[in-house]
Amino acid sequence: MSVMRPLRSVGLVGYGAYIPRYRLPASEISRIWGGDEEGTVAFKSVPGLDEDTVTIAIEAARNAVARARIDPVLLRAVWIGSESHPYAVKPSSTVVAEALGVGNACLAADLQFACKAGTEALQAGIALVGSGMAGYAMAIGADTAQGRPGDALEYTAAAGGAAYIVGPAEAGCATLEGSYSYVSDTPDFWRRPGQNYPRHGGRFTGEPGYFAHVLSSVRSLMEGLGRSASDYRYAVFHQPNPRFPERAARQLGFKSEQYSPGLLANEIGNAYAGSSLLGMSAVLDIAQPGDRILLVSFGSGAGSDAFSWLVTDTLPKRQSLAPTTRAYIERKTIIDYATYLRLRGQLVMH
Amino acid sequence: MREVAVIGLGQTPVGEHWESSLRILGSEATYLALEDAGTGLPDALLVGNMLSGLSCGQENLGALIADYAGIRGVPAAKIEAGCASGAAALHQGYIMVAGGMAETVVVCGVEKMTETSQPDTTVALAAAADAENEVAHGLSFVGLNALLMQRYLYEYGYQRADFANFAVTAHRNAVNNPAAMFRRAITPEAFMKAKLIAEPVGLLDSAGIADGAAALVLAPLDLARSLGKPLVRIAASAAATDALAIHDRADILELRAARISSLNAYAQAGIQPEDIDFFELHDAFTIMSALSLEANGFAERGQGVRLAMEEAISLSGRIPIATMGGLKARGHPVGATGTYQALEAVTQLRGEAGANQIPGCVLGMTQNIGGSGANIITHIFERVS
Amino acid sequence: MSLASSWRTRKFRLGFVGEICPQCHAKLFPPRDICPHCGGPAKEPLAFSGHGTVYSYTTMSVAPRGFEGQTPYVAALVKTEEGPLVTAQLTDVASDEVFIGMPVEMVTRHINEEGDDGIINYHFKFRPELAAAAKH
Repeated sequence: MSVMRPLRSVGLVGYGAYIPRYRLPASEISRIWGGDEEGTVAFKSVPGLDEDTVTIAIEAARNAVARARIDPVLLRAVWIGSESHPYAVKPSSTVVAEALGVGNACLAADLQFACKAGTEALQAGIALVGSGMAGYAMAIGADTAQGRPGDALEYTAAAGGAAYIVGPAEAGCATLEGSYSYVSDTPDFWRRPGQNYPRHGGRFTGEPGYFAHVLSSVRSLMEGLGRSASDYRYAVFHQPNPRFPERAARQLGFKSEQYSPGLLANEIGNAYAGSSLLGMSAVLDIAQPGDRILLVSFGSGAGSDAFSWLVTDTLPKRQSLAPTTRAYIERKTIIDYATYLRLRGQLVMH
Repeated sequence: MREVAVIGLGQTPVGEHWESSLRILGSEATYLALEDAGTGLPDALLVGNMLSGLSCGQENLGALIADYAGIRGVPAAKIEAGCASGAAALHQGYIMVAGGMAETVVVCGVEKMTETSQPDTTVALAAAADAENEVAHGLSFVGLNALLMQRYLYEYGYQRADFANFAVTAHRNAVNNPAAMFRRAITPEAFMKAKLIAEPVGLLDSAGIADGAAALVLAPLDLARSLGKPLVRIAASAAATDALAIHDRADILELRAARISSLNAYAQAGIQPEDIDFFELHDAFTIMSALSLEANGFAERGQGVRLAMEEAISLSGRIPIATMGGLKARGHPVGATGTYQALEAVTQLRGEAGANQIPGCVLGMTQNIGGSGANIITHIFERVS
Repeated sequence: MSLASSWRTRKFRLGFVGEICPQCHAKLFPPRDICPHCGGPAKEPLAFSGHGTVYSYTTMSVAPRGFEGQTPYVAALVKTEEGPLVTAQLTDVASDEVFIGMPVEMVTRHINEEGDDGIINYHFKFRPELAAAAKH
């Protein structure tokens, strides 16, 4: 199948990140549960008592609007991908749209596809603007991911999000060269309704989950565009831990200087739908005109979206219009396991 | 306008009355006041109350208290003005008698605050603040007063400890009031050690949650003269308002409604602040005492707390306050507080205050504050020879 | 916050939109439709910047119903750069870090919820200005 390209060229006209300030060290989890923290992340971000996917999305979205320098009324869609929407039924996106001051003439919806929900929203935004149906569309990936206490997931399940405004290519900080999406029904990870925690199947997580999908989407995209790894200044992958993206990157021929700037997992954990999009925002904070960026997501269940972006002359003028991803990473308060439990509403006694 | 006198007093002790309902407390005080007056069936009953709907699920208190006090049939209604409900009822009763619409009016302030648990009582009390713009943020009444106190400390450079004497004085005075809730002295050290509820407001900065009722019977002075009892008249009754929310006020450290109502009250009585022999102020929080002393002309701006530091507020001081324990130690059953203050002022002026008697007092002032300063009602009582 | 109140107040709660008086140009927050300064109608919306400084603050150690699980939390009066004082919680800050004059900025946060099956209330709060915090 060929690379996906919209009818009219589109770009990212604004982007914004948000990461809560609290950090739980892996050593705190292993202190309590006696597990092995080897090979996992050093810290993960933890939402405050008053934070959830909606509030994370709002701040990331405000940062994106600040960089885009557009009237929010021009946004014709607000789409939020997350696996931790505060309501099972009732959109997060309308709350975010209201907070942004988007008018009523707007599409709004919540998407769910594990960690890929954010880039799915981005694909939809590209299609909406690229088809000419809308001038601008907002796509957000945000999560306050859950991990069962004591489970391996608890080390990495983190909170954060990033927002992107898709608009006409000529106004973009980065223009889209093409994208490719690859999905299959692979039950590596799920959460049933009414359940507080997800489950890992324990079979498909690496091969044929993460690697099969990520490598397939990227190879198809690069082949379709006639690109090789060396054409990219940066490559950003979904990062459930630091090891998977590193291994995928190497298999695809990327070097450390290409994938490390967008690899944040060791500092903040896995922000699920916000994970690859936060890596992307960290890269946009430092990228220069002419840089080419590869963005690759992965979501359990399973699928991967890959995008190729080319940075324009506009980006440097927009970078300082909102707090950088790095500023949020460095704004941190280390917490202990008890505080973590309190912040995550886990203190229940019978 | 006729001159109005207070001819009857009745009160229940202030405290946690688990065995008495709202109606029993209110009817008891009403009955006692009418008995003290000895003038038979009144022309009207006004009930001062703030929380009954939220705390007891009970409104329509006028008819209920009239019924239970044995005066079924008289016109009656509840008057609400937050924590100033008692004084608001008194103000309306004064207007009725002074205006010739009624001969005798019984005014009863009543509150039952221990019917609900603490978080619910806190929410109910906060209904006197701005529900949409203050309470929605998790502010309680204590919190709002803490915002005032923190700014006061910042602007004038005081310490928390400087406020201790407000509480110490109130507790000392309550020891001799059989109706008071906290009849024990406290030390400045205890004040400082008390738990902080909303920094910088501590437990001993604040008046206690309590139940109670106090009632007064009002009549024209001429009628009062015929009763052969110590005569006390209402020399002034004046009310004023300010923005409900603190953030909407021009100057958060000025109790503008207190200044306006006291200036009107001084004018009505034809006196100056220095003529006042004692002042039953609204010491729900120590910061309110300081701001109130400033707004009413007893201290310059930023100097109110000095009156406490310099012991000017004791029974023998320049301006005695909380002579029977005040809100702090007598207790603060919110809608009843205004009538307790009035009852205590009349008791002083009758010369019946026992060990706490201010010798030879002639003019006593009371001031009841609804909200964090939004609705403020001042009364001046005068002994008539 | 009742359901109706939550809906009615969404523009100023989430969008931080106040009003400006067309007669005397006073900036008003929260919106109130009648100017308290000149007494005339004032329904012109005005988006506030969300920047201000702490004017006074307190740490709530005893909470009203609906906020019990959040203690201790910091509540404040914030002087907005447009002028009006606003009552709100401070967030992302320890109570001993707060001082009068601290630069703060508006954020939207989950403030409480109507039980386990009721609506979630979002409201503005303020946090230390991110740019200023980074310089610290």
